[in-house]
Amino acid sequence: MTTKLFGEPVRRREDARLIVGQGRYLDDIGSAALAAAFVRSPHAHARIVGIDADAALDVEGLVAIYAYEDLTGPMAEPLPVLIPHPQLTSPRTGYPLANGEVNHVGEAVVMVVATDRYIAEDACDRIVVTYEELPVVVGVDAAREAEAAVHEEIPDNVAAVHHQETGDVEAALAAAPRTLSFTQYIERSGSIPMEGRGVHARWDADDASLRVYSSTQASTSVRAAIAAKLELSVDRVEVIAPDVGGGFGMKIVHPWPEELLVPMAAIALGQEVKWSEDRREHFISSAHERQQRQEITVGYDDDGRITALDVHVWHDNGAYTPYGIIVPIVTATQLIGPYVIPAYRVKVESVYTNTVIVTPYRGAGRPQGCYAMERTLDRIADALGMDRALVRERNLIQPDQFPYDQHLTFQDGRPVIYDSGDYPGLMAKLKALVGWDDAASLRSAAEARGKLLGIGMAMYVEGTGPGPYEGGHVQVLGSGKVLVSTGLTSQGQGHETVFAQIVASELGVPIEDVEVHTGDTRRFGYAVGTFASRAAVMSGNAVALAARGVREKALRIAADVLEADPGDLEIDDGLVQVKGTPGASIPLRTIAVLSNPLRYAFDEAAKQATQFAIPGSDDKPPVAVGDAPGLEHRDYYSPIRSTFASGAHAAVVEIDPATWEIDVVTYAVVHDCGNVVNPMIVEGQVHGGVAQGVGGALYERMAYDADGQLQNASFMDFLMPFASEVPDVVIDHQQTPSPLNPLGIKGAGEAGVIPGTAAIASAIEDATGRRIASMPIAPSQLYDLMRDENAERTMASAARTTGARA
Amino acid sequence: MSVDTERTVVVTVNGVPREATVPVRRLLSDALRHDLGLTGTHVGCEHGVCGACTVLVDGAPVRSCLMLAVQADGHAVTTVEGLARDDGRGGWVLHPVQEAFRECHALQCGFCTPGFLTTIAAGLHARDSSAEITDEEVDELVGGNLCRCTGYANIKKAVKHAAAAMAEDAR
Repeated sequence: MTTKLFGEPVRRREDARLIVGQGRYLDDIGSAALAAAFVRSPHAHARIVGIDADAALDVEGLVAIYAYEDLTGPMAEPLPVLIPHPQLTSPRTGYPLANGEVNHVGEAVVMVVATDRYIAEDACDRIVVTYEELPVVVGVDAAREAEAAVHEEIPDNVAAVHHQETGDVEAALAAAPRTLSFTQYIERSGSIPMEGRGVHARWDADDASLRVYSSTQASTSVRAAIAAKLELSVDRVEVIAPDVGGGFGMKIVHPWPEELLVPMAAIALGQEVKWSEDRREHFISSAHERQQRQEITVGYDDDGRITALDVHVWHDNGAYTPYGIIVPIVTATQLIGPYVIPAYRVKVESVYTNTVIVTPYRGAGRPQGCYAMERTLDRIADALGMDRALVRERNLIQPDQFPYDQHLTFQDGRPVIYDSGDYPGLMAKLKALVGWDDAASLRSAAEARGKLLGIGMAMYVEGTGPGPYEGGHVQVLGSGKVLVSTGLTSQGQGHETVFAQIVASELGVPIEDVEVHTGDTRRFGYAVGTFASRAAVMSGNAVALAARGVREKALRIAADVLEADPGDLEIDDGLVQVKGTPGASIPLRTIAVLSNPLRYAFDEAAKQATQFAIPGSDDKPPVAVGDAPGLEHRDYYSPIRSTFASGAHAAVVEIDPATWEIDVVTYAVVHDCGNVVNPMIVEGQVHGGVAQGVGGALYERMAYDADGQLQNASFMDFLMPFASEVPDVVIDHQQTPSPLNPLGIKGAGEAGVIPGTAAIASAIEDATGRRIASMPIAPSQLYDLMRDENAERTMASAARTTGARA
Repeated sequence: MSVDTERTVVVTVNGVPREATVPVRRLLSDALRHDLGLTGTHVGCEHGVCGACTVLVDGAPVRSCLMLAVQADGHAVTTVEGLARDDGRGGWVLHPVQEAFRECHALQCGFCTPGFLTTIAAGLHARDSSAEITDEEVDELVGGNLCRCTGYANIKKAVKHAAAAMAEDAR
């Protein structure tokens, strides 16, 4: 019997190469390539007065220098606005190389190509760019005050006003028995994958074709962008995402300037050119996320039920808007989570600042939305003197309410209709898992040890697997090998394993026979990309449908050979057999051979398919009308709308009142992503997400000064968690399959990160009795808060006899 | 490059003496990757924090981005490619920590993995393998390297798994 593989913790197939140093990441490719390096702006906002490259010309090994004036045709035009939206009324993008003005530190001004990277950087150092500095806008508050403008022709700095409304909020607020209003902040962090960006390009002049490797989350669209910008026919361009050392959203942005400039130089120079981003470049020239100011008013009754919610978000989109207003839309639409909100109004003003662009980082606006909603619920609980869990329970959508229409429009332009879920189930599991009802005794025990203990929770709903589509191709070779390809890319999610599990299960073959390829336009040209927790949902279902197509064809051919009804056949362990009739069977590999009628016997197996070996019918063509040679099938999965995964997290923190160090001692996760293909991999995604959630809550921030200089653009200063900062995570699962796709799955990639900031803020507030309205929070900030006599105290802390004193 | 800015070095890499003529400013990480073609050693920050580039120099973990290639002259360097050993029959036997990483799902994108593997392998060899490994020892072994994917839980699990396997082998 073929082992059932769907749902099993199958060990990863990609690991075999990765643990012995045989992975192939971007910088591992093209050892003979020329190296590119960039002169980047040292100013946050300036006019370029002049570029003097004379001193660089003497550098031995210099090959070429490019500035904006060297760009022609579409390359001299602004980079594309990837996702236009009618509410993005003032979109701005940069140029591949700055055109007269720079709008953030790190913006590329000059590209140098040399025989190696050391020499390219030598040449960069000798190029003198003269700037005339302009007023700088840093931070969301400065942007909204608009004393200076990032883009001269947009004096209010507002790129877009995104607005959605589901009821008469004014009337509902006026009628609400109780209301409360508050403002809170969340800071910038970033994806910060261990491998930065990178591009390698090779132009084959004889073949007039371009092969580009990019550390990207969207190889098919990078291909299209390169073709458009370099005025090549798309069939002359191939783009491959090799092993990618993490992406977390940032690598979905494209085309990066470097993704266009490196191929441009490779064509112009007729030599391979490569650029590998260094860590400082990554911090100052890739992308960040998360900074928002949130102004919230909520109406609710004496039982804690929300009657109206009015949210006004100011979202810092950085210097440009290449990725449109996806993050604001996601915040706006995912904010309300698993709750019934009778009247909801949200307005997100997306504003320009002279800082690195803001594009999706794992969670992509959801952590901010979750922070807004969950902190609102905490405040309602505090005002009413109620248990925070109970307030949530009273507002949850109930299991019999699905499908549940939130009457909003999601980031894919489709309605926000929750497909399935059991939110009270999540809450019950979470309370049991973390010991929610025992918090008082935990608090006393911690106090006896001189520590302040607090507990917090947060719930979320995550729209996953947005369209428009992904495709899959499955082909059985005469050797019995099963080739699977899909166009979207992989950055560590284990796609080679999970897609193999799906195909092996669907087709009835050993997983060892299945070989999966992703992110290579030579193998599959149609794809959207890997983002929004969509790979398993989209390509998982696409390869399943493709495998079903192969299975159907295999059974049809086998039925002919075995003279049986296709319905009486089964495929097991790569063998097609008549059910209940031992011996009446044919290997799938033989069917693959027979599926391709041949004239020439190039090997032993092929002889079986040649014209004198197959006793064909004289009145039928060898390949029937509508049929095709080969045992292969291509299919696509295009969802009507996103699936909605959900979860609930709780954090227990202990705070040392001497140092105000915040220690997350317990972190509990209940997670529902529908049917699970590989629970080992899903748990791994949760672990990694939680680590980023904790990092975003307590350690990570982009420390821009008033001049727009990023003060912590290195791993020495940007506090990405080491093992010592990440708590042990306890996990419980719930499975409510999605009714929207054949496999019943929902996405799992981003979930772990979403509620971290909200849950930890809640726990710190519970421990200290001080209102936490700005995250992340460092011990020094907590210390200042505790010493601030004007700091707002929670009602709960006033009622408690024990707890924080400063 | 003129003579005074280049040196020829001989380094025993994964048991094999290798000679290379390198600019004196060349980092050991770049020499391993680009001059010797051993791309398993990854560069994550180039300032010695992330640990992805960790190799063993005379058996001890070293950040190869903080060492010049010329400083390795006459020394023995082990990279991730050198952790598995020849089984004498034309195949390879993985190091227990490599086996453990696969078994425990201790890697996702795999970019930081070589640095963890070399660091942990050296640490496990330096301890009395018959003694059961403590949580403190595990934290110490994994505490100096950055990983952005796994949240470290399964890396810690893998260290215990590898330590147990080495204890079994020692018996």
